Amino acid sequence: MWPTELPAFVPFFVAALLALVTRGHLRSVLMLSIVTLSGLHLWFLDGDVLVNMQFLEYELAPYRVDSLSIVFGYVFHIAAFVSILFALHIKDTMQHVCGLLYAGSAMGALFAGDLLTLFVFWEILAVSSVFLVWARRTERAYQSGMRYLIIQVGSGVILLGGLLLHVEQTGSLEFDFIGTDHLGGWLILLAFGIKSAFPLLHTWLTDAYPEATPTGTVFLSAFTTKTAIYTLARGYPGTELLIYVGATMACFPIFYAVIQNDLRRVLSYSLINQLGFMVCGIGIGTALAINGAVSHAFVHIIYKSLLFMSMGAVLYRTGKIKATDIGGLYKTMPKTAVLCIIGAASISAFPLFSGFVAKSMIMAAAMKEGYPWIWLVLLLASASVLKHAGIQIPYFAFFAHDSGIRTSEPPKNMLLAMTIAAFLCLAIGIYPKMLYQLLPFATDFNPYDLTHVLAQTQLLFFAMLAFVWLNLQGVYPPEKVAINLDAEWLYRRFLRRLVEKISSYVQGLDSELKLKVEDRVNWLVTYFAQRHYPTGKGAVIRPTGNMVMYIAILLAAYLWLLLSFPH
Amino acid sequence: MADKKLYLFDNPRNVKIVLYTLYISCGILLLLDFIVHRHTQHRWEELLGFYSIYGFIGCSAIVIGSKWLRGLVERDEDYYTRDELTMTEEEDHVAD
Repeated sequence: MWPTELPAFVPFFVAALLALVTRGHLRSVLMLSIVTLSGLHLWFLDGDVLVNMQFLEYELAPYRVDSLSIVFGYVFHIAAFVSILFALHIKDTMQHVCGLLYAGSAMGALFAGDLLTLFVFWEILAVSSVFLVWARRTERAYQSGMRYLIIQVGSGVILLGGLLLHVEQTGSLEFDFIGTDHLGGWLILLAFGIKSAFPLLHTWLTDAYPEATPTGTVFLSAFTTKTAIYTLARGYPGTELLIYVGATMACFPIFYAVIQNDLRRVLSYSLINQLGFMVCGIGIGTALAINGAVSHAFVHIIYKSLLFMSMGAVLYRTGKIKATDIGGLYKTMPKTAVLCIIGAASISAFPLFSGFVAKSMIMAAAMKEGYPWIWLVLLLASASVLKHAGIQIPYFAFFAHDSGIRTSEPPKNMLLAMTIAAFLCLAIGIYPKMLYQLLPFATDFNPYDLTHVLAQTQLLFFAMLAFVWLNLQGVYPPEKVAINLDAEWLYRRFLRRLVEKISSYVQGLDSELKLKVEDRVNWLVTYFAQRHYPTGKGAVIRPTGNMVMYIAILLAAYLWLLLSFPH
Repeated sequence: MADKKLYLFDNPRNVKIVLYTLYISCGILLLLDFIVHRHTQHRWEELLGFYSIYGFIGCSAIVIGSKWLRGLVERDEDYYTRDELTMTEEEDHVAD
């Protein structure tokens, strides 16, 4: 087809260029076929690829395919194909072009063999993705996108700082294990952490993803955070800190997810919870744990897109996405409802669905490496995934109270995209070997032993029972028109108010000073005015005779002095 | 807008069937704990019905925790936007 050394981002950027100048069916065919060809090309790649390049005195590797990156490469192609298919019906060139640029730059970052190349794609990733938020074309989306862009570009700047220090320390730009034994390593970790939504650094995600277009969020949910997960798995495997960061990420969003009204925001919080599992796996760092993190990322991208697609379809058809506004949609969107439930079952990790075969690896690794408390926390987090994503999403959108909205199924391309994703969720769940043989480390892990299946089924069914019971008791928090404060309060409210306070204080000082100066000037003006007004002393007119007298006095004084001191 | 057509879950009997299926499955799953010998990795898992109890209590705790959290962090929907958006957008937003 094309040379082996052709980096994977090139076909995507070419497709973006072609999408810019074509329209209609031609554009659809071009976009889908180029992505398919690029995916097939990657699939038939034989062994690792490394392309080297000399830049100043540094050795760069703009394209490197190995056992870790290629798994992400496969799933990124699947996600790109599904997202494009889902967005085919829209007549918005900007979204098509930016979607392709965005997917392409994720591909570039993924296959970057050195930190400088990574940095370049890291920034393109940020800039191209923000247009998917702005494409909503409301002021709310514009501002949300602006905050997103500032944080994302900030992450890139931190990455640049870190990589400069790293190069100074190690003398190499190569992107492999980085570790945290020097400042550069910490800075790079921080940059990766922002993009993988570490706690307190996560607000850009829950802020911007729900504001993007129905089709844009599907793109967004796949690439940015998973690129960051890949970089963490490459640069920081076995960093113990990540275990605790991951456990926190798996836990805190579940509380927020339960009380959100915007269903795409529920999914955004749930996304962070899922990333927590992966970060935890990377922190544990054994072959089993890394396999777990990678396979979790793989299946997660697919079922998360499926869930975002089903909510996108609801938003597209009804124009509404808040739990308070919708409900009872199964009546007119039954296919979407079923597809959404398959996604929900997958994310909840029911046996025979894809989440099950991936998540269990991370849990098994946590137990095996002697982190029983972390295991317990992750178990709680997986029970709650069922609650906030598995039940809440389909229940509030398609069942719950009947909102009276009668609509219709989304366009065929949307349904087809969702069907493909749902099919993959089931296929991987039923034949996990298909996924396992792609993983970076060889594994004979078997998720389907009786103990494990029974344990997971009990956990999930009793969690469902708890949901039903709480709902019947009326304890379950009802949908409510409100927002919930999160860490973004720090900059959207606290910092804003602080700046307002400071500027009003400075303004006060300034106007006080102005008043004082004005006062003095006024006083001076009045003083001079008074002196020179008709009655003022300065305005008195003295006759010339006076002058003669003064001169006479002066001369007399002079004479007197002359006579007194003759020498 | 009135939709007279009856759908699947408009009939309370169907809702009941779903709920009872869930109750019965839960019962069977709990009973299986007594029959199946599981190979455990940690002492906690040896507790009879560990996963069932943990799933039920864990989920209830999360919901109750969230309710508490809601009391702490809930604000009006325009909490941020009344500062951030210009008047026209605000009106648009209220209008829809």
